[in-house]
Amino acid sequence: MQIEELRLDGNAVGGILREVFTHEMTNVLATCVGCGSKGRIAELLQYAHPMGVVLRCPTCDRAEVRIVRTSTFYCVDIAGVQLLMTPESVSPATGE
Amino acid sequence: MSSVIKAIPDAVAPPRLEWRVASVVDARDETPRAKTLVLDVPQWPGHRAGQHVDVRLVAEDGYQGQRSYSIASPPEDETVTLTVERLADGEVSPYLVELRPGDGLELRGPIGGHFVWNVAVGGPLLLVGGGSGVVPLMAMLRHYARADAAARAAVPVRLLYSARTADDVFYRAELAQLADQPLVDVVFTFTRGAPPAWTGYRRRIDRAMVEAVSWSPAAAPRAYVCGPTSLVESVATLLVDLGHAASLVRTERFGPTG
Amino acid sequence: MADQPFIARGFRRRSPATGDAPRVPPGQYETKDFPVLSAGPTPRTPLSTWDFTIRDTDGRAARWSWDEFQKLPRDNPTVDIHCVTKWSKLGTRWEGVSVDTLLAAAAAQGAGTGPFALAFCDGGYTTNLSLADVTGGKAWVAFGYDGAALPPEHGGPARLLVPHLYFWKSAKWVRGLQFLLSDQPGFWEQLGYHDRGDPWREQRYQGDP
Repeated sequence: MQIEELRLDGNAVGGILREVFTHEMTNVLATCVGCGSKGRIAELLQYAHPMGVVLRCPTCDRAEVRIVRTSTFYCVDIAGVQLLMTPESVSPATGE
Repeated sequence: MSSVIKAIPDAVAPPRLEWRVASVVDARDETPRAKTLVLDVPQWPGHRAGQHVDVRLVAEDGYQGQRSYSIASPPEDETVTLTVERLADGEVSPYLVELRPGDGLELRGPIGGHFVWNVAVGGPLLLVGGGSGVVPLMAMLRHYARADAAARAAVPVRLLYSARTADDVFYRAELAQLADQPLVDVVFTFTRGAPPAWTGYRRRIDRAMVEAVSWSPAAAPRAYVCGPTSLVESVATLLVDLGHAASLVRTERFGPTG
Repeated sequence: MADQPFIARGFRRRSPATGDAPRVPPGQYETKDFPVLSAGPTPRTPLSTWDFTIRDTDGRAARWSWDEFQKLPRDNPTVDIHCVTKWSKLGTRWEGVSVDTLLAAAAAQGAGTGPFALAFCDGGYTTNLSLADVTGGKAWVAFGYDGAALPPEHGGPARLLVPHLYFWKSAKWVRGLQFLLSDQPGFWEQLGYHDRGDPWREQRYQGDP
C-alpha cells in the first residue's frame, strides 16, 4: 500500500477545522507560503496521520496547516499559509 | 438621523457544530455489504448536497472511533440518510451496519463548503464516483430530481459510476428511474465482473471513457469526482488534461478503499 | 450538550490487548500489524545520492555515502516498538548501524556531538533527542527490517530506530543528526508532543511529567 493511496484532502477534516476556526473552512482560499499557489483548503492534501492533521500544498508538498488536538489542548500551526481568504460572498444560491 | 446597517448574511456564521444523538428510523440493505441508515437528528439545521457528517462511537472504556460519512439524502428530506459499506478490517463500519431502528448514533454536521452543489449553481453537471464515492453524488442527484421542471431543464446531468460488480451498486433501482429523465444519463463501468449480457464498460475509468462521457470543455461542465483516492486523482487529472478548467473540477478523496 | 458521553453499546476497540503485559507500556495495546503512518508523501531518494551526516555544534561534519555506510559494522537488534497512538509491536527485527558506531567514526573525522540532537529527514520531518537517548546502545540508523531492505513506506532507505522512546522519535527517511546546545522541538514536538517521549512514563504531550 503506497502512502499516496492513503491520502485524503481538506474535505475530510472539515469537522476539526470548524472546531478550531468556528467557521466552515473548506472553501476558504489559502496561499502557500512555499510556492505561492492558491487553492481551497478542501484541495489541500491530507496524509491522515493519527497523531494530528497535516494539510499539504498539492503543488510543492509544503505543510500549510498542522493541528494537534488532545483532551486538554489544541495546537495549530498555519505558518505554511501566507494568506487566508474567505469567499467573497457566502450565498446559498451559488453554493459557495 | 439615518443609518445604514449592512446585514451580514446568516451563512457567514454557521450554526455551532455540536455532537448530537440521532436516532435510527430505518436501516435497510443497500447491497450485500452496505446498509442505508435513515436518521432523525434533533435540531438538524439542514444541509447542502455533498456535505458530510462526522460519526462518533464511544465505548464503555472510553475508547473512541470517529469517521466521516457523506450524506446521501437531499436537502429536501427531513431525515438524514447515510449509506455505510462494511469494511472487512473496519472498526466503525461493522458497528454501523448492525444498527437497528430505535438505536442512537452520535454525529455532528453538516460539514463541508467546497464539495457542494445545488441546482441554482447550474450545469452541465458531471458526477464521477467510484464505490461509496457515489453517496454525496446521489445527494446531488436526488436534490436535482426534487427541483422544479424549469430548473431541471436548465441542467443536464451525467453520472459515471465505477463499481466492482453489479452487486456493489448502490441505489440501483433509483438510478434506473432517474436515468429515465430526459436530461439525466447514468453510465456504469464494472471493474471486477459485469452482469450477464453487459454491453457497457468493463474497466477502470480511463481517458477514453471520461472523454466519451463528459461534455467538451467548451460546455464548461461542473465536475464532482468522489471515491478512492487513486480514482479521484486520476479522473481529475484526466479532466484537466482534456482541457477542463481546474476551477470547475471539485474532488473528494475517500482514501484507499473508497 | 450532554456532560456524559453517549455510549455506543457494544462498540469496542478492534484488537484488544492480549499481549505480554510486562513488555507493553501503560496505555498501550499489542498489535501484530505494522501500520504505515505518514504525514507526507514518500520521499524516493536514490541510493546514489543518499548520504548520512553527523554535524556537531561547531559545524564540523562527518558524512557517509550509501556504500560507505554499508561498510560500517552493523547490528541486528530485535526490539519492541511503541507508538504514541497506543499500539505496540513486540519483537521487531532490524538491521542497521548503531549510533554509537557512527559517533565514534565521526569523532575520528573530527566531528563531535552536543547535548541535544535534531534528526533531519528527506521530506522535511524532524525530531529532537538528547545525546543520552541516542547513545549507550539505544539507537540505530536502520536499513533492514524483518530480514529485507527497509521499504520506502516504512522509512527506507534508512530510518532512525530509538525503540526505548515513542516511535515518532524513530524518524523515517533520516539523513542525519545535527547536534545542538539546546533542545529544539521537531515536527510533532512543535505541535505539543513531548520533547523526550518515554512510553514507560507515558510522556506523550508537553507537560506530561
